[in-house]
Amino acid sequence: MDISLKNVEYRYQVDTPFERLAIKDVSIDIPAGTFLAIIGHTGSGKSTVLQHLNALLKPTGGEVVLGDKVITADKKQKNLKEVRQRVGIVFQFPEHQLFEETVEKDICFGPMNFGVSEKEAKIRAREAIAHVGLSEEILEKSPFDLSGGQMRRVAIAGVLAMNPDVIVLDEPTAGLDPRGRKEIMDMFSDLHKQRKLSTILVTHSMEDASRYADKIVIMHSGQVYRTGTPLEIFSNPEELIKMGLDVPEVVKFQQKLERAFQRKFSKTCLTIEEITEEISSFLKRGDVQ
Amino acid sequence: MKKSLVQLNDISFKYDLDGDYALRNVSFDIYEGEWLAIVGHNGSGKSTMAKLLNGLNFPQEGSITVGELKLSEETVWDIRERIGMVFQNPDNQFVGTTVQDDVAFGLENHGIPREEMVERVYKALESVKMDQFLDQEPHHLSGGQKQRVAIAGVLALRPDIIVLDEATSMLDPRGREEVLETVRVLKKNHEMTVISITHDLEEAAKADRIIVMNKGQVYKQGTPEEIFQLDEELVALGLDIPFPVKMSKMLKSLDLPVSKYHLSEEELVAELWTSHSKM
Repeated sequence: MDISLKNVEYRYQVDTPFERLAIKDVSIDIPAGTFLAIIGHTGSGKSTVLQHLNALLKPTGGEVVLGDKVITADKKQKNLKEVRQRVGIVFQFPEHQLFEETVEKDICFGPMNFGVSEKEAKIRAREAIAHVGLSEEILEKSPFDLSGGQMRRVAIAGVLAMNPDVIVLDEPTAGLDPRGRKEIMDMFSDLHKQRKLSTILVTHSMEDASRYADKIVIMHSGQVYRTGTPLEIFSNPEELIKMGLDVPEVVKFQQKLERAFQRKFSKTCLTIEEITEEISSFLKRGDVQ
Repeated sequence: MKKSLVQLNDISFKYDLDGDYALRNVSFDIYEGEWLAIVGHNGSGKSTMAKLLNGLNFPQEGSITVGELKLSEETVWDIRERIGMVFQNPDNQFVGTTVQDDVAFGLENHGIPREEMVERVYKALESVKMDQFLDQEPHHLSGGQKQRVAIAGVLALRPDIIVLDEATSMLDPRGREEVLETVRVLKKNHEMTVISITHDLEEAAKADRIIVMNKGQVYKQGTPEEIFQLDEELVALGLDIPFPVKMSKMLKSLDLPVSKYHLSEEELVAELWTSHSKM
């Protein structure tokens, strides 16, 4: 499903003394199959953008195109249910939303709410639990007897069981240990490829944005500040640092080396392997240009 | 010789008496004025330990001594005056309707006279640079600002020890740096002891000492230098290695002139530069 935001504006509490402009003139194209990362400070408008991706919010200006649905301020929209089934959102700390007696019931709740039969929902629960790397025995357990990491996976399985075309992830690794973080991100990366999903990742982690995304959008003060591939975005680290954003460790390290050696490397490195190669060839040549 | 401030003697703890041990035979000392980082995978017992230090739970076996006091139901209130806690979620620890009310809350509970209270609240907020926000409502603050107010609430009680239980894990990079910088300054100016329970290994690399927890037990303790030599062992424990160590390792494996696993990028750059200029 292709998604596109065209000059989207959103104001909270319109026509009240509390009216506040949250985002304006936001245009983002997300063709089917894209892995997009949205980065920016707390308060930059990331979460407001996120809520437009499955019509939880209706723009107060511009238009949001979700597949064949066009959502604008002045048009009343019916049948948003289909959109919400096709775009699954994994909110921050999704494990806080678990509520059923068993893991199986919890995972089945979403699909059954969208009219899927109990039998079909159970089949999907089985698939989804395997996709998030848990064993089937866990289906019979109470979600509240699981560890934090397992609970998060169950919550994610609940979103996958709706068979979405697009999956939106809001800080999916917050609070996890380094291994848990890597496992969850690798899992989303595999799902993205296997299920041919569009994946939209809202994150503070520049490492994840640079490693997993094809395209990065930087939000700043409610607007799109920049859009590009990780290489394009991180080729200009000074600009990001000036805005108080992080850059990946490798990029930071390259900056320090370039400053010490007073020489620019031939390219911006995004992985530790790339930069090792650059340093190695540079030291072995031993020239300072 | 550093003075030992807190002793944990052979602590074991279970949440559910029929269940597994959350902590098992844990012993270590906390020294006056140090920055101690406690790291470990989710479920390794780190946060359980924080709760025991503050008497939110009591160990079934073993004992904890703070200063001269042995932690028990009778001494828990005295000990809580000496150990202040800052938790993970900035939104779960506000009780006051304004910033200054919130900081005053702990003092009110301790029956501090009003005049002294006003002064302490102001000083505490000043030292976390939040004295411009006295009458602000908490929900107007950023995550980093909220955590700084939480720290002020702890400081106002003038504890010897501050425990940060993943206090920066829900903040964005700017908020995280704000909070850590605040704590660094406090430690220096007030000679506080800092215990930081964290997943952030770059932060742990800057501590004086690290304790690695695994499955409810102390796996290893030492200086950051010693701990990060463990290398792949840490990865096997579900942890990670700080970037400068990873980088040193990669370069060393290619026989490039790197003498050791550096803990800071600056050191590593300096070594590469020095060896290059000799060539």
